[in-house]
Amino acid sequence: MALAALKTQLKNFVQSMFDEGVLDSQFSQIQALQDASNPNFVEEVITLFCNDAERIITELNKYLGYQNVDFGKLDSYVHQLKGSSSSIGAHRLKLACVNLRQASDDRSKDGCLRALNSITREYCLLCSKFQTLIQLERNIIALERNH
Amino acid sequence: MELNCNCIEPHLPPDDLLMKYQYISDFFIALAYFSIPLELIYFVKKSAVFPYRWVLVQFGAFIVLCGATHLINLWTFTIHSRTVAMVMTTAKVLTAVVSCATALMLVHIIPDLLSVKTRELFLKNKAAELDREMGLIRTQEETGRHVRMLTHEIRSTLDRHTILKTTLVELGRTLGLEECALWMPTRTGLELQLSYTLRQQNPVGYTVPIHLPVINQVFSSSRAVKISPNCPLARLRPAGKYMPGEVVAVRVPLLHLTNFQINDWPELSTKRYALMVLMLPSDSARQWHVHELELVEVVADQVAVALSHAAILEESMRARDLLMEQNVALDLARREAETAIRARNDFLAVMNHEMRTPMHAIIALSSLLQETELTPEQRLMVETILKSSNLLATLINDVLDLSRLEDGSLQLDVATFNLYAVFREVLNLIKPIPSVKKLHVSLNLAPDLPEFAIGDDKRLMQTILNVVGNAVKFSKEGSISITAFVAKPESLRDPRAPEFFPVPSDNHFYLRVQVKDSGSGISPQDIPKLFTKFAQNQAPTRNSGGSGLGLAICKRFVNLMDGHIWIESEGLGKGCTAIFIVKLGIPERWNESKIPFMPKASTNHGQTAFPGLKVLVMDENGVSRMVTKGLLVHLGCDVTMVSSIEECLRVVSHEHKVVLMDVCVPGMDGYEIAVRIHEKFPKRHERPLIVALTGNTDKVTKENCMRVGMDGVILKPVSLDKMRSVLSDLLEHRVLFEAI
Repeated sequence: MALAALKTQLKNFVQSMFDEGVLDSQFSQIQALQDASNPNFVEEVITLFCNDAERIITELNKYLGYQNVDFGKLDSYVHQLKGSSSSIGAHRLKLACVNLRQASDDRSKDGCLRALNSITREYCLLCSKFQTLIQLERNIIALERNH
Repeated sequence: MELNCNCIEPHLPPDDLLMKYQYISDFFIALAYFSIPLELIYFVKKSAVFPYRWVLVQFGAFIVLCGATHLINLWTFTIHSRTVAMVMTTAKVLTAVVSCATALMLVHIIPDLLSVKTRELFLKNKAAELDREMGLIRTQEETGRHVRMLTHEIRSTLDRHTILKTTLVELGRTLGLEECALWMPTRTGLELQLSYTLRQQNPVGYTVPIHLPVINQVFSSSRAVKISPNCPLARLRPAGKYMPGEVVAVRVPLLHLTNFQINDWPELSTKRYALMVLMLPSDSARQWHVHELELVEVVADQVAVALSHAAILEESMRARDLLMEQNVALDLARREAETAIRARNDFLAVMNHEMRTPMHAIIALSSLLQETELTPEQRLMVETILKSSNLLATLINDVLDLSRLEDGSLQLDVATFNLYAVFREVLNLIKPIPSVKKLHVSLNLAPDLPEFAIGDDKRLMQTILNVVGNAVKFSKEGSISITAFVAKPESLRDPRAPEFFPVPSDNHFYLRVQVKDSGSGISPQDIPKLFTKFAQNQAPTRNSGGSGLGLAICKRFVNLMDGHIWIESEGLGKGCTAIFIVKLGIPERWNESKIPFMPKASTNHGQTAFPGLKVLVMDENGVSRMVTKGLLVHLGCDVTMVSSIEECLRVVSHEHKVVLMDVCVPGMDGYEIAVRIHEKFPKRHERPLIVALTGNTDKVTKENCMRVGMDGVILKPVSLDKMRSVLSDLLEHRVLFEAI
């Protein structure tokens, strides 16, 4: 039945994200929090995260574009992004944030730019996968409602 | 005669020779009289300070008038008119007046003029005297300058050879000496050895015995003493053809460090002196002047001081070098000791782990096996395996514990436990062995012994087990009795342990346990050795296979529990009694119902574990805030979210039972909230529990949280189960510092 197939597909997709290391066990905690009283919890968290991360990455780009980089501000933004990534379980993105943090501590603008590039890459990858995930979930919900 | 011209005739005719001479004399007199005032005026003008101007003026006037008189007299030699006579008379009258005045004036001033001469003589004498004194002062000042310079030269170095050499050189230069030498006492103190001379480069060791009279004479006086050039001290130069110059010798005290007391000044009663000999040039007729002798004495004193400084410096340098060596040695020893300790700890840790793992497997599998279907024989076998492996595990623990006890790192796990159950368990564990040995074991628990107590139940059980086990091990027959009761304060003091001061208080009691056996006993002189680790009694009666650790460990545990353990025995073959007293806490009444002697009951896995619990969550990060909220909502809490410190402080009220705050923002902001919340709710029961969420696992964060008065710390990310267990622990105990 289509619903079961969709659910399996979703489960496999999430599992693949786990296997690639894109997500870690924290994400499964978040999935566990979704229940009848909180049906859209995962979607809400993902949306909030994507918006937040996009904003922070824009800020980071802006600050790294200046001649004199304000490493202090950089550090605080990276810290926020790292916190958000850990909360949602975005494992690779969190590691990329750690790299950026290190480069910022070393006061190396080149290192920061490289780290920011990798963060942006990871984020884009993550966000696109999240979009797929959300779409799958919405399909499942729509199918469930119709039944 | 023409009398009608009213002229006056001179007395004598004008052509008379006498008249002529008078005429010429008058003329010259007048000339002189006019020129003298001019000269006087000239001289007065030249000397500005001449004090008697008025007198000179008078004198001048007098002379001028005299001159005028004589001049006018010239006209009276011929016939002259009355006018001339009138003028003459006027001049004479004036002259008379002035000359009388001058005469009178002279009476006044002649004594002054005379005394001027006296004063001049007096001043001349004075000037000569001052000159002499000035000469003396100059010499003294010069001497002083020499001394200063010499002292400066001598004191500018701390090297003893340089000091002495410089002294001789400078003295030689200042005083123009022919030879200057220093004689130092030898090590034996019986001779003086020539150590330094001015002119000779390498003085070969001339020595003179120290008890010569001339030397005694010099040593006994602090002044420079003139000595004969023929004495052995002064025979330094090859004898010249001419008279040798005068020789002076002065003593130089060699001060020792011990001469300098704090409160006394150094007394020169030191026995060691050096001798300085100074010789004036041979062919000059120079003599030693007093100021030169003084110079020499002062220099000798300065040299003494400089030498003592040099000696002190040498001494302190030596001491410092010694200290440095010792430091290095100590450092090395410490590092070696640390390495040894680390090596031992590593070994213990590894061995422990290696031993524990298989033990763990055996125990776990045996207990699992116990749960399955077994025949009674099999069950008995499995139980025995389990018990034996538990005992073996205990032994492994012993070894680890002992090393931790010795490091001081062992801490008791204090909790409430059932005291009676502990004794029962010990009895159960030990029962097989006495039943085999046909020993009778009895347990007596006093009726006033509380059922529950606060302490470390495992370690207490270990102690009791060890003591009872020893009793069983070393008894071949008879009975063993275990008694436990609450110790009364008077009976607590044991005269053998004077440092044991039990202080009874309201929430503690002292448990006294006596284990009496009728076994082989111990001779009294062996009793102190019992508690030494690895020391076993070699007496054949006690051929045990134990490791000798047991009692040592028990003693340490008992000490940790603020207690005391000892053994009494009346001798070999008379059995012995082991007694220990430990301090246990008395639980409050209402805790009795919740005692988990069973393992902590796992909290219910229901969805709403904490219905309606009001929680305040503070987190600046939106995503993690949402996740935390999700967790708490899932557990049924009523969550309020704030995103900043000010908002948190505004919103927090006594309805909130828990405040979860994120403190991993770089900086200390989060901690301030805790302080402010403490201020806002001074009463403990109104205040919400404050828990920090952090990504940092280090000790510093934990210490900071404890310092500001937080009730707990949780490491992010938090799983659902962790949050559930954390909240339940928190609410039950009101404190949680383990969830890291």
